[in-house]
Amino acid sequence: MPTVKFIEHNGTEHVIEGEVGDSLMSLATGNLVPGIDADCGGECSCATCHCIVDDAWMEKAGKPSETEESMLDLNPDRESNSRLSCQIPLTEELDGIVVQLPEFQY
Amino acid sequence: MSEAVIEKLDLTTADPWSVPLDKINVSDPALFETDTHWGYFERLRKEDPVHYCEESLFGPYWSITKFNDIMQVDKAHHIFSSEDGITLPDRPLDFRTPNFISMDPPKHDVQRKAVTNAVAPLNLAKLEPIIRERAGKILDNLPIGEEFNWVDLVSVELTTQMLATLFDFPFEERRKLTYWSDMATSGELAGGPTPEPVRRAALLECLEVFTGLWNERVNNDPSEDIDLISMMAHNPDTQNMEPMEYLGNLILLIVGGNDTTRNSLSGGVYFLNEFPDEYDKLRANPGLIPKMVPEIIRFQTPLAYMRRTAMEDTVVGGKTIKEGDKVAMWYVSGNRDEEVIDRPNEFIIDRANPRHHLSFGFGIHRCMGNRLAEMQLRIVWEEILSRFETVEVVGEPVRVLSSFVKGYSELPVIVHAKQ
Ligand code: HEM
Ligand code: FES
Repeated sequence: MPTVKFIEHNGTEHVIEGEVGDSLMSLATGNLVPGIDADCGGECSCATCHCIVDDAWMEKAGKPSETEESMLDLNPDRESNSRLSCQIPLTEELDGIVVQLPEFQY
Repeated sequence: MSEAVIEKLDLTTADPWSVPLDKINVSDPALFETDTHWGYFERLRKEDPVHYCEESLFGPYWSITKFNDIMQVDKAHHIFSSEDGITLPDRPLDFRTPNFISMDPPKHDVQRKAVTNAVAPLNLAKLEPIIRERAGKILDNLPIGEEFNWVDLVSVELTTQMLATLFDFPFEERRKLTYWSDMATSGELAGGPTPEPVRRAALLECLEVFTGLWNERVNNDPSEDIDLISMMAHNPDTQNMEPMEYLGNLILLIVGGNDTTRNSLSGGVYFLNEFPDEYDKLRANPGLIPKMVPEIIRFQTPLAYMRRTAMEDTVVGGKTIKEGDKVAMWYVSGNRDEEVIDRPNEFIIDRANPRHHLSFGFGIHRCMGNRLAEMQLRIVWEEILSRFETVEVVGEPVRVLSSFVKGYSELPVIVHAKQ
């Protein structure tokens, strides 16, 4: 099974195994990784599952949809490799992906 | 009384389950004043979840009543516009106060981003000690063992002080903020008691006072900005706003942060009294406060709905909504949708997923102040629990005559000190 490494703002690392198709958001909340709020439950409509994807993985993670783009854009802490973790489904190709969690969710 | 009035169907006393569906008008403000809307929404969720009402004070409109349909509409800002207003009454053409809650992208995004920083988590952390100190003072001055109106002495006072802090508004004149907020939302065009000329005069006074503050601050050093007015005055995206647009954004921030938080503060006290086992749970474990706060906000639903206008023909829940139609997303109904929320009519302070509610909306207009509101409520409840054994509700609340702002004008209580 593919794994994801979540790195909290304070540096704490969590390596989580998941099934193909699980979103990174559901892996984090399902395994009590702090730092993802996910108020809307994965509907791409709250932006409280913001994460920063390690540069090396940006391309494999795909491009944000228009809806995700409009939500991300409202976050003043957005970085060039910011994504909403509920919009990244796990694939075999993403095995080992590294994402940073921001200090705060809005 | 004229005969027309006598003949009119009074929904507040009718049986929600036998009124003909097409006569149901959930936007009737009296339903909220009398707390009799629940049965109508329950019926609509079961029998006609996307409901067309032909005749109302605000003209014809659609009601969306189920959680998932509301989510669908709120997300689809490219189909459902906010530009014609976010409440059902049509706004007077000669007195428009534009602001970003009633704008679509791209303008919405630009303006929202210009003020978001004021409520960014780091700024909130800076505000926390001030809010705690002010909340503590208010609570310390309450009469013990004597009946008083919680809304006035606590809810209004606290949220007004909060707003004064956010704007760095002259502290002694802070009740003006409450007054303007009340005027903004109680207009007769929205079915409220305030005559339109009185409302306009109050809002123009608001503009005048805030223009004064703007002028005092515009030449200050922008790096020191912590208040919202200075931020707007110095941000290139907002510094050239027209006066009516400045007023619009002020009203948005004043109303956004005022009524909503105020009524959640009152609601929480009321709910804990209605569900005394939950109050016991809370006393035994104050660590539940962060989970209780979103549950209070769900249960209260301080804004009963948001309105949109369809920009094209579209289908929701099997019904075709036509271009130009008004659509109300009834958060107050979706928050009680048993298909999404377990035991929705119970106030449960330790739910697994308490933030999964509609009270802040979703999508690009999702409440900008949602973390601020939660923080205020958390602090106040921490301070209440450390001081009082019980805040006891000793009479029925008086509710506001509005189908938009869902709230209380009176909540009689007695506070009992800790042993
Ligand atoms: C419990 C308290 C509150 C509730 C229930 C609430 C509710 C809402 C709702 C329902 C919306 C519209 C969402 C949508 O259309 O999808 C909204 C938007 C907004 N709220 Fe709040 N609010 C609260 C507190 C606050 C506070 C404290 C502020 C102060 C900064 C605030 C500022 C705003 C602003 C600026 C918007 C417009 C956002 C936009 O259009 O992008 N709110 N709020
Ligand atoms: S969980 Fe809400 S946007 Fe991802």
